[in-house]
Amino acid sequence: MNSVVNISSVSKWFGKVRALKEVSFEVKQGELFGVIGPDGAGKTTLFRIINTLLVPDEGSAMVLDRNAVKDYKQIRPQLGYMPGRFSLYQDLTVEENLKFFASVFGTTIDENYELVKPIYSQLEKFKTRLAGDLSGGMKQKLALSCALIHKPELLLLDEPTTGVDAVSRKEFWEMLQMLKKEGITIIVSTPYMDEADLCERVALIQEGEILQIDTPQAIVDSFERTLLGIKAANTYALLNALKSYSQAHSVQPFGEYVHYTEKTGSPNLVALKTYLFDRGLEQVEIKPIKPNIEDSFMELMQAKGEEAHA
Amino acid sequence: MPDPAIQTKNLTRKFGDFTAVDNITFEVEQGEIFGFLGANGAGKTTAMLMLTGLLIPTSGNAWVSGKDVYRQAEAIKKNIGYMSQKFSLYDDLTSEENIRFYGGIYGIPDKELNSKIDAVINSLGLKDVRNKLVRSLPLGWKQKLAFSIAILHNPSIVFLDEPTGGVDPVTRRQFWEKIYEVSDQGITVFVTTHYMDEAEYCDRISIMVDGRMDAIGSPRELKANFESGSIEDVFIKLARGAKRGEG
Repeated sequence: MNSVVNISSVSKWFGKVRALKEVSFEVKQGELFGVIGPDGAGKTTLFRIINTLLVPDEGSAMVLDRNAVKDYKQIRPQLGYMPGRFSLYQDLTVEENLKFFASVFGTTIDENYELVKPIYSQLEKFKTRLAGDLSGGMKQKLALSCALIHKPELLLLDEPTTGVDAVSRKEFWEMLQMLKKEGITIIVSTPYMDEADLCERVALIQEGEILQIDTPQAIVDSFERTLLGIKAANTYALLNALKSYSQAHSVQPFGEYVHYTEKTGSPNLVALKTYLFDRGLEQVEIKPIKPNIEDSFMELMQAKGEEAHA
Repeated sequence: MPDPAIQTKNLTRKFGDFTAVDNITFEVEQGEIFGFLGANGAGKTTAMLMLTGLLIPTSGNAWVSGKDVYRQAEAIKKNIGYMSQKFSLYDDLTSEENIRFYGGIYGIPDKELNSKIDAVINSLGLKDVRNKLVRSLPLGWKQKLAFSIAILHNPSIVFLDEPTGGVDPVTRRQFWEKIYEVSDQGITVFVTTHYMDEAEYCDRISIMVDGRMDAIGSPRELKANFESGSIEDVFIKLARGAKRGEG
Protein backbone atom coordinates (compact mmCIF):
# COMPACT_ATOMS: atom_id res chain seq x y z
CA MET A 1 0.00 0.00 0.00
CA ASN A 2 1.65 3.21 -1.15
CA SER A 3 -1.04 5.79 -1.14
CA VAL A 4 -3.14 6.03 2.00
CA VAL A 5 -5.45 8.65 0.57
CA ASN A 6 -6.17 9.17 -3.11
CA ILE A 7 -8.55 11.98 -3.95
CA SER A 8 -9.43 12.34 -7.60
CA SER A 9 -11.35 15.31 -9.09
CA VAL A 10 -13.56 15.70 -6.06
CA SER A 11 -16.21 18.42 -6.08
CA LYS A 12 -18.74 19.15 -3.37
CA TRP A 13 -21.66 21.56 -3.45
CA PHE A 14 -23.70 23.01 -0.60
CA GLY A 15 -26.71 24.52 -2.34
CA LYS A 16 -25.29 27.00 -4.82
CA VAL A 17 -21.90 27.12 -3.16
CA ARG A 18 -19.17 24.89 -4.54
CA ALA A 19 -17.09 24.13 -1.45
CA LEU A 20 -14.58 21.96 -3.33
CA LYS A 21 -13.70 22.30 -7.00
CA GLU A 22 -12.09 19.31 -8.73
CA VAL A 23 -9.63 18.62 -5.96
CA SER A 24 -7.05 15.87 -6.53
CA PHE A 25 -4.13 14.71 -4.42
CA GLU A 26 -2.46 11.68 -2.91
CA VAL A 27 -1.03 11.11 0.53
CA LYS A 28 1.60 8.42 0.91
CA GLN A 29 2.08 5.93 3.70
CA GLY A 30 3.76 7.51 6.71
CA GLU A 31 3.61 11.03 5.34
CA LEU A 32 2.93 14.20 7.35
CA PHE A 33 0.76 16.10 4.90
CA GLY A 34 -0.51 19.65 5.46
CA VAL A 35 -3.65 21.26 4.06
CA ILE A 36 -2.96 24.98 4.33
CA GLY A 37 -5.56 27.66 3.75
CA PRO A 38 -7.76 30.31 5.37
CA ASP A 39 -11.26 29.83 6.83
CA GLY A 40 -13.79 28.97 4.15
CA ALA A 41 -11.18 27.43 1.83
CA GLY A 42 -12.84 23.99 2.04
CA LYS A 43 -10.48 22.27 4.48
CA THR A 44 -13.18 20.83 6.75
CA THR A 45 -15.29 19.65 3.81
CA LEU A 46 -12.26 17.85 2.44
CA PHE A 47 -11.57 16.19 5.80
CA ARG A 48 -15.17 15.05 6.09
CA ILE A 49 -14.98 13.42 2.69
CA ILE A 50 -11.78 11.61 3.66
CA ASN A 51 -13.26 10.44 6.97
CA THR A 52 -16.39 9.16 5.17
CA LEU A 53 -18.83 11.55 6.85
CA LEU A 54 -19.62 13.36 3.59
CA VAL A 55 -20.17 11.95 0.12
CA PRO A 56 -18.53 13.83 -2.77
CA ASP A 57 -20.85 15.09 -5.55
CA GLU A 58 -18.25 14.35 -8.21
CA GLY A 59 -14.96 12.47 -8.31
CA SER A 60 -13.75 9.68 -6.08
CA ALA A 61 -12.03 9.28 -2.73
CA MET A 62 -9.98 6.19 -1.89
CA VAL A 63 -8.92 5.85 1.73
CA LEU A 64 -6.65 3.02 2.91
CA ASP A 65 -7.24 1.31 -0.46
CA ARG A 66 -10.99 1.35 -0.02
CA ASN A 67 -13.75 3.40 -1.53
CA ALA A 68 -14.76 6.12 0.94
CA VAL A 69 -18.41 5.97 -0.11
CA LYS A 70 -19.05 2.23 -0.32
CA ASP A 71 -16.62 0.86 2.24
CA TYR A 72 -17.04 3.40 5.01
CA LYS A 73 -17.65 0.70 7.61
CA GLN A 74 -14.23 -0.85 7.02
CA ILE A 75 -12.49 2.52 6.84
CA ARG A 76 -13.83 4.18 9.99
CA PRO A 77 -12.22 1.88 12.61
CA GLN A 78 -8.82 2.65 11.10
CA LEU A 79 -9.18 6.41 11.27
CA GLY A 80 -8.42 8.82 14.08
CA TYR A 81 -10.20 12.13 13.67
CA MET A 82 -9.79 15.32 15.65
CA PRO A 83 -12.38 17.85 14.48
CA GLY A 84 -11.76 21.58 14.58
CA ARG A 85 -14.11 22.24 17.46
CA PHE A 86 -13.19 20.20 20.46
CA SER A 87 -14.55 16.70 20.30
CA LEU A 88 -14.39 15.99 24.00
CA TYR A 89 -17.21 15.42 26.43
CA GLN A 90 -16.92 18.46 28.69
CA ASP A 91 -18.82 16.78 31.52
CA LEU A 92 -16.66 13.67 31.63
CA THR A 93 -13.27 13.62 33.32
CA VAL A 94 -9.98 13.36 31.45
CA GLU A 95 -9.75 9.65 32.11
CA GLU A 96 -13.43 8.98 31.33
CA ASN A 97 -13.04 10.67 27.95
CA LEU A 98 -10.09 8.49 27.01
CA LYS A 99 -11.84 5.34 28.29
CA PHE A 100 -14.95 6.23 26.32
CA PHE A 101 -13.08 6.63 23.03
CA ALA A 102 -11.14 3.41 23.64
CA SER A 103 -14.36 1.46 24.31
CA VAL A 104 -16.13 2.85 21.24
CA PHE A 105 -13.33 1.38 19.14
CA GLY A 106 -13.39 -1.91 21.06
CA THR A 107 -10.07 -1.45 22.83
CA THR A 108 -8.73 -0.36 26.22
CA ILE A 109 -6.34 2.30 27.45
CA ASP A 110 -3.88 -0.40 28.56
CA GLU A 111 -3.75 -2.06 25.18
CA ASN A 112 -2.40 1.00 23.34
CA TYR A 113 -0.99 2.94 26.25
CA GLU A 114 2.53 3.06 24.80
CA LEU A 115 1.37 5.05 21.79
CA VAL A 116 -0.42 7.77 23.74
CA LYS A 117 1.93 7.75 26.74
CA PRO A 118 4.19 10.68 25.72
CA ILE A 119 1.11 12.90 25.32
CA TYR A 120 -1.28 11.48 27.90
CA SER A 121 1.31 11.25 30.68
CA GLN A 122 1.31 15.08 30.80
CA LEU A 123 -2.39 14.90 31.64
CA GLU A 124 -2.41 12.05 34.11
CA LYS A 125 -2.10 14.24 37.17
CA PHE A 126 -5.39 15.85 36.14
CA LYS A 127 -7.17 12.62 35.22
CA THR A 128 -10.08 13.23 37.58
CA ARG A 129 -10.65 16.78 36.31
CA LEU A 130 -13.61 17.47 33.98
CA ALA A 131 -12.50 18.02 30.40
CA GLY A 132 -14.49 21.27 30.38
CA ASP A 133 -12.20 22.66 33.08
CA LEU A 134 -8.95 22.10 31.15
CA SER A 135 -6.97 24.90 29.51
CA GLY A 136 -6.95 25.11 25.69
CA GLY A 137 -3.53 23.48 25.34
CA MET A 138 -4.48 20.60 27.63
CA LYS A 139 -7.81 20.00 25.89
CA GLN A 140 -5.93 19.74 22.65
CA LYS A 141 -3.58 17.13 24.11
CA LEU A 142 -6.51 15.12 25.44
CA ALA A 143 -8.34 15.31 22.11
CA LEU A 144 -5.22 14.04 20.37
CA SER A 145 -4.90 11.17 22.88
CA CYS A 146 -8.56 10.25 22.26
CA ALA A 147 -8.05 10.26 18.47
CA LEU A 148 -5.03 7.95 18.89
CA ILE A 149 -6.18 5.47 21.51
CA HIS A 150 -7.32 2.83 18.99
CA LYS A 151 -4.01 3.02 17.12
CA PRO A 152 -5.37 4.31 13.79
CA GLU A 153 -3.57 3.91 10.46
CA LEU A 154 -4.47 7.45 9.47
CA LEU A 155 -4.80 10.48 11.69
CA LEU A 156 -6.91 13.42 10.50
CA LEU A 157 -6.40 16.64 12.44
CA ASP A 158 -8.64 19.52 11.42
CA GLU A 159 -7.13 22.83 12.57
CA PRO A 160 -5.69 21.50 15.83
CA THR A 161 -3.74 24.72 16.48
CA THR A 162 -6.31 27.37 15.63
CA GLY A 163 -6.66 29.96 18.39
CA VAL A 164 -3.89 28.28 20.37
CA ASP A 165 -0.94 30.39 21.53
CA ALA A 166 2.54 30.16 20.00
CA VAL A 167 3.97 27.99 22.78
CA SER A 168 1.22 25.35 22.68
CA ARG A 169 1.36 25.34 18.88
CA LYS A 170 5.04 24.57 19.00
CA GLU A 171 4.53 21.74 21.50
CA PHE A 172 1.72 20.29 19.40
CA TRP A 173 3.91 20.13 16.30
CA GLU A 174 6.63 18.41 18.33
CA MET A 175 4.05 15.74 19.24
CA LEU A 176 3.15 15.27 15.57
CA GLN A 177 6.81 14.78 14.61
CA MET A 178 6.98 12.07 17.26
CA LEU A 179 3.84 10.29 16.00
CA LYS A 180 5.20 10.40 12.49
CA LYS A 181 8.18 8.38 13.71
CA GLU A 182 5.70 5.71 14.84
CA GLY A 183 4.72 5.35 11.19
CA ILE A 184 1.26 6.89 11.43
CA THR A 185 0.12 8.80 8.35
CA ILE A 186 -1.02 12.27 9.37
CA ILE A 187 -3.09 14.81 7.48
CA VAL A 188 -3.32 18.13 9.29
CA SER A 189 -5.00 21.36 8.29
CA THR A 190 -4.07 24.84 9.45
CA PRO A 191 -4.69 28.48 8.60
CA TYR A 192 -1.19 29.37 9.88
CA MET A 193 1.06 29.53 6.83
CA ASP A 194 4.25 29.25 8.89
CA GLU A 195 3.24 25.73 9.97
CA ALA A 196 3.62 24.54 6.37
CA ASP A 197 7.37 24.24 6.95
CA LEU A 198 6.74 21.54 9.54
CA CYS A 199 5.04 19.25 6.99
CA GLU A 200 6.69 17.02 4.42
CA ARG A 201 4.31 18.08 1.67
CA VAL A 202 1.51 20.57 1.63
CA ALA A 203 -1.53 21.45 -0.44
CA LEU A 204 -2.25 25.18 -0.52
CA ILE A 205 -6.00 25.60 -0.75
CA GLN A 206 -8.17 28.68 -1.36
CA GLU A 207 -11.87 28.96 -2.21
CA GLY A 208 -12.24 25.23 -2.76
CA GLU A 209 -9.36 24.96 -5.19
CA ILE A 210 -5.85 23.65 -4.71
CA LEU A 211 -3.33 26.33 -5.67
CA GLN A 212 -0.22 24.13 -5.44
CA ILE A 213 0.92 20.81 -3.96
CA ASP A 214 4.55 20.15 -3.20
CA THR A 215 7.22 20.15 -0.49
CA PRO A 216 7.42 23.49 1.31
CA GLN A 217 10.91 23.99 -0.12
CA ALA A 218 9.82 23.34 -3.71
CA ILE A 219 6.93 25.77 -3.30
CA VAL A 220 9.13 28.65 -2.22
CA ASP A 221 11.73 27.70 -4.84
CA SER A 222 9.09 28.15 -7.52
CA PHE A 223 8.60 31.81 -6.52
CA GLU A 224 9.90 33.50 -9.66
CA ARG A 225 10.10 37.19 -8.85
CA THR A 226 12.88 38.96 -6.98
CA LEU A 227 11.55 39.68 -3.53
CA LEU A 228 12.68 42.76 -1.62
CA GLY A 229 12.25 43.54 2.05
CA ILE A 230 11.80 47.28 2.60
CA LYS A 231 11.64 49.20 5.84
CA ALA A 232 11.24 52.90 6.67
CA ALA A 233 10.61 55.06 9.72
CA ASN A 234 6.89 55.22 8.93
CA THR A 235 5.48 51.91 7.69
CA TYR A 236 2.09 53.29 6.71
CA ALA A 237 3.64 56.05 4.56
CA LEU A 238 5.96 53.43 3.02
CA LEU A 239 3.02 51.17 2.13
CA ASN A 240 1.15 54.00 0.46
CA ALA A 241 4.25 55.15 -1.45
CA LEU A 242 5.04 51.65 -2.73
CA LYS A 243 1.44 51.01 -3.78
CA SER A 244 1.37 54.09 -5.96
CA TYR A 245 4.76 53.30 -7.57
CA SER A 246 4.33 52.52 -11.27
CA GLN A 247 6.54 49.39 -11.20
CA ALA A 248 4.91 47.77 -8.14
CA HIS A 249 3.50 44.25 -8.58
CA SER A 250 2.86 43.34 -4.94
CA VAL A 251 3.23 45.28 -1.69
CA GLN A 252 2.58 43.31 1.50
CA PRO A 253 3.47 44.12 5.09
CA PHE A 254 5.45 41.29 6.77
CA GLY A 255 6.45 42.03 10.34
CA GLU A 256 8.95 44.85 10.37
CA TYR A 257 9.55 44.74 6.61
CA VAL A 258 7.27 45.29 3.65
CA HIS A 259 7.65 42.55 1.03
CA TYR A 260 7.75 44.01 -2.45
CA THR A 261 7.98 42.71 -6.02
CA GLU A 262 7.98 44.50 -9.36
CA LYS A 263 6.07 43.76 -12.54
CA THR A 264 9.18 43.00 -14.59
CA GLY A 265 10.47 40.55 -12.00
CA SER A 266 13.86 42.15 -11.31
CA PRO A 267 13.62 45.62 -9.79
CA ASN A 268 15.74 48.67 -10.52
CA LEU A 269 17.01 49.49 -7.03
CA VAL A 270 18.35 52.94 -7.86
CA ALA A 271 15.04 54.08 -9.35
CA LEU A 272 13.14 52.65 -6.40
CA LYS A 273 15.40 54.34 -3.82
CA THR A 274 15.14 57.66 -5.63
CA TYR A 275 11.39 57.39 -5.76
CA LEU A 276 11.07 56.64 -2.04
CA PHE A 277 13.47 59.49 -1.23
CA ASP A 278 11.37 61.88 -3.34
CA ARG A 279 8.27 60.78 -1.44
CA GLY A 280 9.94 62.01 1.73
CA LEU A 281 10.49 58.61 3.39
CA GLU A 282 13.19 58.43 6.01
CA GLN A 283 15.53 55.66 7.18
CA VAL A 284 14.78 53.55 4.13
CA GLU A 285 16.42 50.13 4.05
CA ILE A 286 16.08 47.77 1.09
CA LYS A 287 17.41 44.23 0.98
CA PRO A 288 16.75 41.14 -1.11
CA ILE A 289 15.04 38.41 0.90
CA LYS A 290 13.99 34.80 0.47
CA PRO A 291 10.28 34.22 -0.02
CA ASN A 292 8.38 32.10 2.48
CA ILE A 293 5.20 30.02 2.07
CA GLU A 294 2.98 33.01 2.75
CA ASP A 295 4.65 34.99 -0.07
CA SER A 296 4.05 32.04 -2.38
CA PHE A 297 0.45 31.68 -1.26
CA MET A 298 -0.28 35.34 -1.91
CA GLU A 299 1.48 35.29 -5.29
CA LEU A 300 -0.63 32.26 -6.30
CA MET A 301 -3.80 33.99 -5.06
CA GLN A 302 -2.94 37.12 -7.01
CA ALA A 303 -2.18 35.12 -10.17
CA LYS A 304 -5.51 33.30 -9.84
CA GLY A 305 -7.34 36.59 -9.31
CA GLU A 306 -5.79 38.08 -12.45
CA GLU A 307 -6.64 34.95 -14.43
CA ALA A 308 -10.27 35.22 -13.29
CA HIS A 309 -10.47 38.85 -14.38
CA ALA A 310 -8.64 38.35 -17.68
CA MET B 1 0.74 66.50 27.09
CA PRO B 2 -2.65 64.92 26.33
CA ASP B 3 -3.94 62.29 28.74
CA PRO B 4 -2.85 58.78 27.87
CA ALA B 5 -5.53 56.83 25.99
CA ILE B 6 -5.27 54.10 28.62
CA GLN B 7 -3.61 54.25 32.00
CA THR B 8 -3.59 51.53 34.66
CA LYS B 9 -2.03 51.33 38.13
CA ASN B 10 -1.72 47.96 39.87
CA LEU B 11 -4.87 46.81 38.14
CA THR B 12 -5.96 43.46 39.61
CA ARG B 13 -8.89 41.11 39.20
CA LYS B 14 -9.46 38.00 41.26
CA PHE B 15 -12.04 35.26 40.82
CA GLY B 16 -12.19 33.58 44.22
CA ASP B 17 -8.60 32.47 45.00
CA PHE B 18 -7.53 32.87 41.42
CA THR B 19 -5.79 36.10 40.39
CA ALA B 20 -6.61 36.45 36.70
CA VAL B 21 -4.94 39.86 36.34
CA ASP B 22 -2.15 40.54 38.79
CA ASN B 23 -1.07 44.14 39.46
CA ILE B 24 -0.60 45.41 35.94
CA THR B 25 0.59 48.97 35.42
CA PHE B 26 0.96 50.45 31.95
CA GLU B 27 0.02 53.30 29.66
CA VAL B 28 -1.07 53.48 26.04
CA GLU B 29 -0.52 56.80 24.28
CA GLN B 30 -3.10 58.45 22.09
CA GLY B 31 -2.94 57.36 18.47
CA GLU B 32 -0.71 54.41 19.25
CA ILE B 33 -1.14 50.90 17.81
CA PHE B 34 -0.76 48.77 20.92
CA GLY B 35 -0.45 44.98 20.64
CA PHE B 36 -1.71 43.08 23.68
CA LEU B 37 -0.17 39.62 23.64
CA GLY B 38 -0.17 36.66 25.98
CA ALA B 39 -0.56 32.90 26.11
CA ASN B 40 -4.02 31.32 26.39
CA GLY B 41 -5.24 31.90 29.93
CA ALA B 42 -2.69 34.65 30.69
CA GLY B 43 -5.45 37.12 31.60
CA LYS B 44 -5.83 39.14 28.37
CA THR B 45 -9.60 38.80 28.14
CA THR B 46 -10.13 39.70 31.80
CA ALA B 47 -7.94 42.79 31.39
CA MET B 48 -9.83 43.81 28.26
CA LEU B 49 -13.18 43.40 30.01
CA MET B 50 -12.03 45.80 32.72
CA LEU B 51 -10.71 48.35 30.22
CA THR B 52 -13.95 48.30 28.25
CA GLY B 53 -16.05 48.96 31.36
CA LEU B 54 -17.60 45.49 31.43
CA LEU B 55 -15.95 44.11 34.56
CA ILE B 56 -15.17 45.89 37.84
CA PRO B 57 -11.58 45.43 39.05
CA THR B 58 -10.86 43.87 42.44
CA SER B 59 -8.21 46.50 43.19
CA GLY B 60 -5.98 49.04 41.48
CA ASN B 61 -6.97 51.78 39.07
CA ALA B 62 -7.56 52.29 35.39
CA TRP B 63 -8.58 55.23 33.26
CA VAL B 64 -9.66 54.92 29.65
CA SER B 65 -9.82 58.19 27.71
CA GLY B 66 -9.30 59.86 31.07
CA LYS B 67 -12.42 58.18 32.52
CA ASP B 68 -12.40 56.02 35.62
CA VAL B 69 -13.38 52.36 35.06
CA TYR B 70 -15.10 52.19 38.48
CA ARG B 71 -17.29 55.25 38.22
CA GLN B 72 -17.55 56.12 34.53
CA ALA B 73 -18.02 52.79 32.81
CA GLU B 74 -20.93 54.07 30.73
CA ALA B 75 -18.97 57.08 29.52
CA ILE B 76 -16.11 54.73 28.57
CA LYS B 77 -18.44 52.54 26.52
CA LYS B 78 -19.54 55.58 24.47
CA ASN B 79 -15.93 56.53 23.81
CA ILE B 80 -14.62 53.21 22.62
CA GLY B 81 -15.20 50.80 19.77
CA TYR B 82 -14.97 47.04 20.24
CA MET B 83 -14.69 44.20 17.79
CA SER B 84 -14.41 40.54 18.70
CA GLN B 85 -13.51 37.67 16.44
CA LYS B 86 -16.37 35.48 17.56
CA PHE B 87 -19.32 37.79 17.48
CA SER B 88 -19.49 41.18 15.93
CA LEU B 89 -22.18 41.14 13.23
CA TYR B 90 -25.71 39.80 12.94
CA ASP B 91 -25.60 37.08 10.30
CA ASP B 92 -29.29 37.39 9.51
CA LEU B 93 -29.15 41.13 8.81
CA THR B 94 -27.71 42.65 5.62
CA SER B 95 -24.48 44.71 5.59
CA GLU B 96 -26.52 47.90 5.50
CA GLU B 97 -28.84 46.78 8.31
CA ASN B 98 -25.86 45.88 10.49
CA ILE B 99 -24.37 49.35 10.06
CA ARG B 100 -27.75 50.96 10.71
CA PHE B 101 -28.32 48.85 13.82
CA TYR B 102 -25.00 49.77 15.45
CA GLY B 103 -25.34 53.38 14.36
CA GLY B 104 -28.72 53.46 16.12
CA ILE B 105 -27.26 51.97 19.30
CA TYR B 106 -24.61 54.69 19.40
CA GLY B 107 -27.24 57.36 18.77
CA ILE B 108 -25.86 58.62 15.46
CA PRO B 109 -28.50 60.99 13.93
CA ASP B 110 -30.28 59.57 10.86
CA LYS B 111 -28.93 62.06 8.37
CA GLU B 112 -25.35 61.54 9.44
CA LEU B 113 -25.90 57.79 9.60
CA ASN B 114 -27.13 57.62 6.00
CA SER B 115 -24.02 59.31 4.70
CA LYS B 116 -21.84 57.10 6.93
CA ILE B 117 -23.51 53.98 5.57
CA ASP B 118 -22.74 55.05 2.01
CA ALA B 119 -19.18 55.91 2.96
CA VAL B 120 -18.55 52.50 4.59
CA ILE B 121 -20.21 50.55 1.78
CA ASN B 122 -18.19 52.40 -0.85
CA SER B 123 -14.86 52.25 0.92
CA LEU B 124 -15.17 48.48 1.45
CA GLY B 125 -16.45 47.83 -2.08
CA LEU B 126 -19.65 46.26 -0.72
CA LYS B 127 -22.03 47.99 -3.17
CA ASP B 128 -23.10 44.77 -4.87
CA VAL B 129 -23.74 42.96 -1.61
CA ARG B 130 -25.17 45.85 0.41
CA ASN B 131 -28.58 44.14 0.62
CA LYS B 132 -27.31 40.60 1.06
CA LEU B 133 -27.32 38.84 4.39
CA VAL B 134 -23.99 39.06 6.15
CA ARG B 135 -24.08 35.26 6.48
CA SER B 136 -23.26 34.92 2.78
CA LEU B 137 -20.14 37.14 2.90
CA PRO B 138 -16.60 35.71 3.06
CA LEU B 139 -14.99 35.94 6.51
CA GLY B 140 -12.47 38.57 5.43
CA TRP B 141 -15.22 40.92 4.23
CA LYS B 142 -17.17 40.40 7.43
CA GLN B 143 -14.14 41.31 9.51
CA LYS B 144 -13.51 44.48 7.51
CA LEU B 145 -17.18 45.42 7.87
CA ALA B 146 -17.11 44.70 11.61
CA PHE B 147 -14.06 46.94 11.95
CA SER B 148 -15.72 49.80 10.08
CA ILE B 149 -18.75 49.44 12.34
CA ALA B 150 -16.57 49.46 15.47
CA ILE B 151 -15.25 52.91 14.51
CA LEU B 152 -18.55 54.27 13.11
CA HIS B 153 -19.19 56.54 16.11
CA ASN B 154 -15.67 58.05 15.97
CA PRO B 155 -14.39 56.48 19.18
CA SER B 156 -11.10 57.65 20.61
CA ILE B 157 -9.97 54.04 21.14
CA VAL B 158 -10.85 50.83 19.34
CA PHE B 159 -10.34 47.40 20.94
CA LEU B 160 -9.80 44.56 18.48
CA ASP B 161 -9.88 41.04 19.91
CA GLU B 162 -8.16 38.66 17.47
CA PRO B 163 -9.61 40.42 14.42
CA THR B 164 -7.65 38.39 11.85
CA GLY B 165 -7.98 34.80 13.14
CA GLY B 166 -8.45 32.43 10.19
CA VAL B 167 -8.49 35.22 7.61
CA ASP B 168 -6.54 34.64 4.37
CA PRO B 169 -3.07 36.23 4.15
CA VAL B 170 -4.00 38.91 1.64
CA THR B 171 -7.13 40.04 3.50
CA ARG B 172 -5.24 39.87 6.80
CA ARG B 173 -2.82 42.48 5.44
CA GLN B 174 -5.60 44.62 4.01
CA PHE B 175 -7.04 44.58 7.50
CA TRP B 176 -3.78 45.87 8.94
CA GLU B 177 -3.69 48.66 6.38
CA LYS B 178 -7.10 49.71 7.74
CA ILE B 179 -5.58 49.70 11.21
CA TYR B 180 -2.75 51.97 10.01
CA GLU B 181 -5.30 54.21 8.37
CA VAL B 182 -7.39 54.75 11.50
CA SER B 183 -4.27 55.14 13.63
CA ASP B 184 -3.16 57.84 11.18
CA GLN B 185 -6.47 59.60 11.89
CA GLY B 186 -5.58 59.66 15.58
CA ILE B 187 -7.64 56.71 16.86
CA THR B 188 -5.82 54.56 19.40
CA VAL B 189 -5.79 50.87 18.45
CA PHE B 190 -5.60 48.16 21.14
CA VAL B 191 -5.29 44.78 19.45
CA THR B 192 -4.78 41.12 20.40
CA THR B 193 -3.47 38.49 17.99
CA HIS B 194 -1.94 35.03 17.80
CA TYR B 195 -0.03 35.94 14.64
CA MET B 196 3.40 36.96 15.85
CA ASP B 197 4.26 38.76 12.61
CA GLU B 198 1.34 41.09 13.32
CA ALA B 199 2.92 41.99 16.65
CA GLU B 200 5.69 43.61 14.60
CA TYR B 201 3.20 45.99 12.99
CA CYS B 202 2.43 47.55 16.36
CA ASP B 203 4.10 50.68 17.76
CA ARG B 204 4.44 48.95 21.10
CA ILE B 205 3.41 45.58 22.50
CA SER B 206 2.99 44.00 25.89
CA ILE B 207 3.23 40.32 26.77
CA MET B 208 1.19 38.90 29.64
CA VAL B 209 2.27 35.77 31.51
CA ASP B 210 0.24 34.30 34.38
CA GLY B 211 -1.72 37.52 34.92
CA ARG B 212 1.38 39.72 35.03
CA MET B 213 2.69 42.04 32.36
CA ASP B 214 6.18 40.62 31.94
CA ALA B 215 7.30 42.76 29.00
CA ILE B 216 6.32 46.00 27.35
CA GLY B 217 8.03 48.06 24.68
CA SER B 218 8.45 48.55 20.96
CA PRO B 219 9.06 45.35 18.96
CA ARG B 220 12.62 46.49 18.40
CA GLU B 221 13.27 47.10 22.12
CA LEU B 222 11.84 43.73 23.11
CA LYS B 223 13.89 41.86 20.55
CA ALA B 224 17.03 43.64 21.79
CA ASN B 225 16.22 43.10 25.49
CA PHE B 226 15.49 39.42 25.05
CA GLU B 227 18.26 38.88 22.49
CA SER B 228 15.80 37.39 20.04
CA GLY B 229 15.49 37.60 16.28
CA SER B 230 11.72 37.80 16.26
CA ILE B 231 8.77 38.58 18.51
CA GLU B 232 7.83 34.92 18.30
CA ASP B 233 11.11 34.02 20.03
CA VAL B 234 10.54 36.68 22.69
CA PHE B 235 7.04 35.33 23.26
CA ILE B 236 8.18 31.73 23.54
CA LYS B 237 11.00 32.66 25.95
CA LEU B 238 8.51 34.40 28.23
CA ALA B 239 5.53 32.09 27.93
CA ARG B 240 7.52 28.84 28.30
CA GLY B 241 8.03 29.80 31.94
CA ALA B 242 4.29 30.16 32.51
CA LYS B 243 2.76 28.18 35.36
CA ARG B 244 -0.79 28.42 34.05
CA GLY B 245 -1.98 26.49 31.07
CA GLU B 246 -1.05 23.42 33.08
CA GLY B 247 -4.37 21.75 33.65
